Formats: sequence, C-alpha cells, structure tokens
Amino acid sequence: MSNIFKLAARNLFRYKRRTLLTSMLITLGVVAVLLFIAVSGSFKALMVGQITDSMLGHIQIHKKGYLASIDSLPLNRNLTGKQLDKIVQVLAEEDGVEAYSMRIRLGAMFSNFIETTNIRLNAVTPTDEIKTAPLLSDRLLAGDKEGLIKQGEILIPELLAKGMKVKVGDAIVLVANNKDGSVNGQTFVVRGILEGISGPGGRDGMIHIDDAKSLLRIGTAEVSEVAIRLKDIDQLPAVFARLQKKLGSIKTQQGGAVFEMHTWEKISPFFNIAKMIDLMTFFIKIMLVAIVLVSIMNVMVMAVYERINEIGTISAIGTLPNKILALFIVEGLLMGILGTTIGTVISLVSIAIMNVTQIRFDFGRQTGLLLSPTIGVADVVLVVAMVIAIAVIASLQPAWKASRMDPITALKHV
Amino acid sequence: MSVVVAKRLVKTYVSGDIRVEAIRGVDFSIEPASFVSFIGPSGSGKTTLLNMIGCLDPPTSGYLQVAGQEITSLSRADAARFRGEHIGFIFQDFNLIPVLTVFENVEYPLQMVQEWPRQQRKKRVMELLDAVGMADQGDKYPSQISGGQKQRVAVARALVTNAKLVLADEPTANLDRETASRIIDLMKQMRDEFNTTFIFSTHDQRIVDSVEITFTLEDGILHRQETMTGGMVGGDDV
Repeated sequence: MSNIFKLAARNLFRYKRRTLLTSMLITLGVVAVLLFIAVSGSFKALMVGQITDSMLGHIQIHKKGYLASIDSLPLNRNLTGKQLDKIVQVLAEEDGVEAYSMRIRLGAMFSNFIETTNIRLNAVTPTDEIKTAPLLSDRLLAGDKEGLIKQGEILIPELLAKGMKVKVGDAIVLVANNKDGSVNGQTFVVRGILEGISGPGGRDGMIHIDDAKSLLRIGTAEVSEVAIRLKDIDQLPAVFARLQKKLGSIKTQQGGAVFEMHTWEKISPFFNIAKMIDLMTFFIKIMLVAIVLVSIMNVMVMAVYERINEIGTISAIGTLPNKILALFIVEGLLMGILGTTIGTVISLVSIAIMNVTQIRFDFGRQTGLLLSPTIGVADVVLVVAMVIAIAVIASLQPAWKASRMDPITALKHV
Repeated sequence: MSVVVAKRLVKTYVSGDIRVEAIRGVDFSIEPASFVSFIGPSGSGKTTLLNMIGCLDPPTSGYLQVAGQEITSLSRADAARFRGEHIGFIFQDFNLIPVLTVFENVEYPLQMVQEWPRQQRKKRVMELLDAVGMADQGDKYPSQISGGQKQRVAVARALVTNAKLVLADEPTANLDRETASRIIDLMKQMRDEFNTTFIFSTHDQRIVDSVEITFTLEDGILHRQETMTGGMVGGDDV
C-alpha cells in the first residue's frame, strides 16, 4: 500500500500547480466552514449563556397552564404547598441539578412620585438566584453587585430608569394587586440598574421574594416558577427527561398534569435564531462538500485523461485493476488530506488570533459583546472526516474508469 | 514444450454492421528462447496477433496457449495476473512511468505486480540494470535519459520478472539507426542470458535480419515463415 501512496504522491507532485490550486480551494472551504462554526458557535454560546445564566436558567417548572397566560403574569396559577414540596424533593434527588431558584413573577405600578408606569418584576431569594443565574450581577449597570438585593430594595430595568429618570438610591413606590384583587403599595430604594437582554424576562425588574409576599399579601409558600441550573448544559435532554418522568406523572384529581416543564429552548425566542445558525452551518457544509466534490472530481478526471497511456502501460505489465483503482483514489485522498490539513491549521491559527485580539460586536441594544470563537475537537474531526470522505468519493468514478480501461485502447491513446 | 501454441486462431472486430477479420484462423507455435518477428504491412494483423499472445486481447475463436496455459478465456484480473507473471512488454514509445526513477521503473513489476520482498527486489533490479548497462543511471528520471537508454530500461523492466516471453511492438521505431542496432544486440544478448523468448512486431529490416524466425502476415493470414538462423517452427499457408 505504501507503494501506491508513494506513486500517488509523486503523480500529484508532477502537476504541482493543479494540485496546489485544488488544495487551495479545499483549504478555502475548510477555513470558511471551521471559522463559521467557531464564530457562530461563539455567538450562540454567548447568547445562550447570557439568556440561561443571567435570566432563564436551563429548565423552568410552572404550574400547568402558566406559560400560556404568562403575559398577564397570573398569580392564581402559582405553585403552592405540596406541589413545591414535591418539586424540592425531586430536585434534591437529581444529580444533574446544580441550583434552583423559586421566583414570584408579578406586574405592578411603578411610581417615582412624579409619574407612574407599569413594571414587570421577578421576586427572588438572592442567594438562590445568584447560584441559578450567575451572570445576573454582570447585568447590573449601576449599583452594588454584592449580594444582589436585600429586602426593601429594587433593581430596575435600564429603559425604565431612563424613562422615569430614576437613579440608584432614589425611592420609588410599587403598587400591586394580589390575586384576590386587593391593592397594596410599598416603598423601595433603587439598588441598581439592570441591563436589558434579549428574551422573556430580559426587561423585568427585581425585588426580594419576601417583599413580593408582603406586597401581594401571600402568607404561605407560593411561587410562580422554579428556574433550574444544571451542572452541565450538555446533559439538558437527559436531566429534562428524568425530571419530566418524575414530575409529569403527577396528576390532578381530574387526571390533568399538575406541572409543566420547559427547557430554555422552548421559552426563549433566541432558540429559533440558534436553529437558524445551525441550518446555515449545515448549508455551508453542503457548499464545502460541493466545492470538494467538484474540484477533486475535475482534477481526477483530468488526471485519468492525461495518463491514459500510462494506465495502459501499467495495466499491460500486469497491474491488477484494483491497484489502479486504489492508485487514483489515493491521489484524491492525498489531495483531500493536504487541503484539509492546511485549512485546519489556518483556521485554528485564525481562531487563536481572534481570541487574542478580543473582537467585540453589538447585538441589538447590547454593545461591546466579546466574541470568543472556539471550536470543539468533534467539529474539527467531523469537517476533516467529511472532506476526506468526499475527496475519496469524488475520486471513485475517475478511478473506476481508469481501472476498467482496456489496455489496448489505452496504449493507443495519444 | 512450445512457449506459444496457436490453433485456428481467429480475431474478428465488429463495429455496427461492419466486420473486420483481423486474424483469419492461423496456426503456429514458438519454441522457448526463440527470437521471432511478425512482419507485414500496416493493418495486416501483426499487432493484433501480438496483443492476443500478450493476453491483452482475447481471440474470437481458436486455441491459444502461452507459457503452458490456455489463455483464450481469462477474466480481466486473471489476464492481468498472467501478464504480470509470464510476459514482459517493450513498447515503441518506451512507456516508462515518468514519476519513477530508472531503478523504480524496473522495480515496478516486482513491487506492484509480483510483490517481491525489498532486498530481493533490489538485488534483481540491480542485476538487470547492470545487464542492460544502466546500473549507474538508476537515480535518473526518464526525462533525464536518452531514447536508447529509455529502451534499455524498458528491456530491463520486461525481463526483471523472469518473464518467459517478451513482446516488443516496434521497439526500434523511435530510435536512431545506431541505437536501434545496439538495442537489438542487447535483446539478443538478454535472450541468450535469460533464455527468454522475444517476439517482435516490426517493420525494421534490422530486426528481421537478426531474428531466427519470421512470420509474415498479410490480411490476417500467416503466409510464410522463414528460418534465418535455425529454430523449430510450424505454420500454415507455407
């Protein structure tokens, strides 16, 4: 076999310019795909991380029907008593869960004593929330990040702060209706300004859960949602399935489900953007396949045509058809390996340079996001294997033609 | 035992409605270590006959035995295997592989066809290069040597596998007079040294003058045979 490789390599070297041009084409394709995967993956990971780590968590549990009416933040669809006990018990048994945060979500009137507007709020236990959404404090544009929030304090969204001309340290009033319709008001001090992010809850303010209970006159254990953070996001489907199995089987007396569970993918609209990125990656891979297929096939067809007489000679002196087949397939394979190797090296160096130069970009209202392109070994291996496999496939037809060539006809070829 | 035996050998080419009878039922035999030529005008069928003996083109009908084996109905792969084991080829245009050195060209049949071990290969190739006077040119590529040297290398390549039979199609056509004479002498010397049968298809009178047996083909019929310097021959239409 090494003889076939030697002969194939020399034949490629014989047509240096053509080999180089074809390899460059493959290199270009590999670089385009790997860089796209790295950059889009970085963007995706950044956005997903931002969404899950600073707001949503990886999985959320609600009372059945809550999400369908989430726009009105219904307090009558909160999780209560035994339901919460069951959730706590199941989460304690699940190894994949790193932390969880119980939240009350509510709508209220926000007043700075001059004007009044609406505000959507998340009421949380700060210690749990920090563990579940560790990047939340990074969204604080102003104010003390330590401890996130205390009773009597409020974090208000950036847009609201600007619109209502409220700054850290100002006093404001929240007025809210509880689920029975009675109204209550409470004064808060602005602890910080929260940067808005894409997705649900990204423009909400935040208060301490005990303040929410007092404002809404909730005396018992009651929350709107339980946000869960996993130890490893790659385990999301498995953990979700296990939780679903345990909690989904709990039914009401009427036979309906008590809980509804969603992964961040179902809750955040960004998931569709992520899916679109995946689709684009897929089509770019298809383009790469086409580039490799066409360029290698073209070169191999030319190689066979130019060496018909030579094929006739080696066939006449007894080279078996399968060796002739192997010879041309190996030529395609080597060209694929050459182009892929150069392409992979260029891509990895480019990715390293991008990380060193710290490229920043804006997305929507978010500015200065840091692009940190990375590429997994699996992605590199997949692209390399794909290109090499396509190079071999593209060589098959010309190689087959060469191996089936009648030696007499081939020897007569001028 | 004859190295080639042909009985009522026929080769007909059919293209659409046109039938061309290239070889029309010839009988002949060739003894081992002979120096034989097939001569005749263009289109007489000498190359066709050589191709059939060389297991490159199967006969339409008749019996053809080469090196003790009937070769009329071998598969493509078996035919290639047979050629690799028993037959050497020398071509008009030398047909050396341009990306291989002189040494590697001679080594090719041992390496890619017969798969000899490295040390034995090296010894055999050097033996042959020495025999054809090219031992000191082993590292050169075909583009770096003359036509006569190329044909010497081709002779070495044809003989390196201990082939019983070497088929040479117009081996001197692309060589000058002096070089051609030297190549003919070389092949005769190789015949004597290795007991190999050489069969030529040629127009070159120098080859015809040097062979022991000449078959003349005309319109696919073997008209006559001549014994220039001896040898046992059978034929038809004589």
